[in-house]
Amino acid sequence: MSINLDQTIKFSPMHRLQWEEAQQKDVILYPEGMVELNQSSAEILKCCDGTRNLAQIVNDLEQKFATTGLTNDITAFLEVALKNGWIQQN
Amino acid sequence: MAGSNKTKITPPRWLLAELTYACPLQCPYCANPIDYAKYQSELSTEDWKRVLTQARKMGAVQLGFSGGEPLTRKDLPELVKHARDLGYYSNLITSGYGLTEEKIVQLKEAGLDHIQVSIQASTQELNDHLAGTESFQHKKEVAHLVKKRGYPMVLCVVIHRENIHQMPQILEMAEELGADYLELANTQYYGWAHANRDLLLPTKEQFEQAEQIAQAFKEKVAGKMKIYYVVPDFYEDRPKACMNGWGTTFLTIAPDGVALPCHSARELPGLDCPNVKDYSIEQIWYESKTFNFFRGFDWMKEPCSSCDEKEKDFGGCRCQAYLLSGDMYAADPVCSKSPNHPIIQDAIDSAKASALADNEKPLIFRNSKNSRLLS
Repeated sequence: MSINLDQTIKFSPMHRLQWEEAQQKDVILYPEGMVELNQSSAEILKCCDGTRNLAQIVNDLEQKFATTGLTNDITAFLEVALKNGWIQQN
Repeated sequence: MAGSNKTKITPPRWLLAELTYACPLQCPYCANPIDYAKYQSELSTEDWKRVLTQARKMGAVQLGFSGGEPLTRKDLPELVKHARDLGYYSNLITSGYGLTEEKIVQLKEAGLDHIQVSIQASTQELNDHLAGTESFQHKKEVAHLVKKRGYPMVLCVVIHRENIHQMPQILEMAEELGADYLELANTQYYGWAHANRDLLLPTKEQFEQAEQIAQAFKEKVAGKMKIYYVVPDFYEDRPKACMNGWGTTFLTIAPDGVALPCHSARELPGLDCPNVKDYSIEQIWYESKTFNFFRGFDWMKEPCSSCDEKEKDFGGCRCQAYLLSGDMYAADPVCSKSPNHPIIQDAIDSAKASALADNEKPLIFRNSKNSRLLS
């Protein structure tokens, strides 16, 4: 399963992404489960709002963090996210 | 008792709110205590709201509304809304009995995240027999409506000797209903299931065959449906890491307000389980005798105390140790290192003999009359 480069990416409506004050981290919640996210994973998922494709997400995050060369890391993470059903395309 | 050092205690993450013991179904493997009929009182709406608020503040985030049948509580939408406002991810664990499309929409608007519908079997005849209520068609209808209204749909089927032969049809049914998650819960032998064990425990061959079918299906539907397979621990040689360790993660509140480290713990002797009407959740979680009782490792006996796997399974389940050996400090008899391990084989043999007997005794259904008779 791999990311379609043209299509926009959105966070799955069957999951919930939220900040947990007690844990001081973002988590993904779904039936019977919870995934704790590190800061960079959470930043990527927050960009999955259905308006941006992969290249746009990479571009926005590189600008936000004033860096370059994030394409491989972001692609790899989003492929994991897609496989786990955390994100959707179309 | 160990672990009274407050800094070492992790906060609760999962809260199971057993809103009521009332239930229109009579499943003979119900996890409620056998003597549930004697606990008539139920917490008020305000009590539940306080409990939800306090536990959320400590870090609880996964919330199950359970029972009994939680739909019998008129204040369910109000509690769901309160939970959503606090940021819980909430689940309605229901038989589906009495659930209408209107109610499904109302609960969604109140902020409910998902609904777990139980179905007892893949055929109407067996489902309605096991549930003790005519409910099969309605359950299927409810599963459709849950999907239609945009919830993740979790189908739960408890597996035992009466329905294990239907595994292929159960999987087919889950696919047909469009389940997003399927929980195949091999019966755990507590409460009513313990009382009916001779009639419910399948043979090892039946388990292995059913598991093989379920595993093949899991691969087939990968990416479409997620399968949670709850293992039948009587056929394992190491116990389950029950509740992820006592008082580390899970908090159950019984209908009358008693706080429990797991939903069976009120059957254990001498724990003096605290009530949320008397103490805050923070006091209960960190300071109560009950929640500190089996924390850490100091309570353990041999072979657990010197076992190199104790940090993995915590000696197994305290309720199972007590139910099977009479000693709640003993290693879970499921463990092949336990001197009580032969009890498991005896139970398996006894169930097999019962299955082969000419006139097998009938199932004891979970209802108030039987609860009073047995307790």
